[in-house]
Amino acid sequence: MPVAVHLPTVLRPQAGGVKTVSVDGKTIGQVLGSLVAEYPGLSGQVVNDDGTLHKFVNVYLNDDDVRYLSALDTPVTDTDEVSILPAVAGGAFAVVSPSRPGPRHPG
Amino acid sequence: MLYLYQPEYHQIIAHCLGGLPDEACGLLGGDSGSGEVVTCYPTRNLAASAKLYTVDPKGHLQADRDAESAGFSIIGVFHSHTHTDAYPSPTDVAQAPDPTWHYVLVSLRDTDPVLRSYLIVDGEIEEESVILRSR
Repeated sequence: MPVAVHLPTVLRPQAGGVKTVSVDGKTIGQVLGSLVAEYPGLSGQVVNDDGTLHKFVNVYLNDDDVRYLSALDTPVTDTDEVSILPAVAGGAFAVVSPSRPGPRHPG
Repeated sequence: MLYLYQPEYHQIIAHCLGGLPDEACGLLGGDSGSGEVVTCYPTRNLAASAKLYTVDPKGHLQADRDAESAGFSIIGVFHSHTHTDAYPSPTDVAQAPDPTWHYVLVSLRDTDPVLRSYLIVDGEIEEESVILRSR
């Protein structure tokens, strides 16, 4: 069952430059798994190796943040739209934390 | 180079001042090819901190949809530094989400706000000119 997935600008180079792709899945986890399987360049940028959602992305099922639903177990239907957006954060304070993985700049 | 119109410039400054004592933040909508800012989207700072900012993801989603429906895209982010320079901090650099974006910093350290813009690519900071235009 194909589901529309909207990609942020930073991930589009790894998906042939398109804004929206259609992949199969009955849950958010399956949809993201299908996404990475079809576009291996996205590996590690949306879902961690342990299967959890990457901390530097936000995934929406229609208008809802999936972290407040059932996360990767959130069911999806073919009328739903999944949106992936990068977390946007920073600030003057120099926190000691791992940097986000560098976006694979096409240049 | 970033092209900024007066209304959006004043909107950015006002949002930053209005966020005190915390950092304020928002997104820039426009044309990614030319660097022209068409509109700005002040958002909530989810971190609610004087030292950190997190763009409210819900606000980001709304801004992204609005920009797309209007035929442009999110081309950058602005945020304030309440007590330091308008220069990207190590945190700003480490968490820069998109190498094609413009990163606008507004320093509120002194009496008059200072706005500067940067490109952050692979950890490297490059200041860019901000061209202020009347609309």
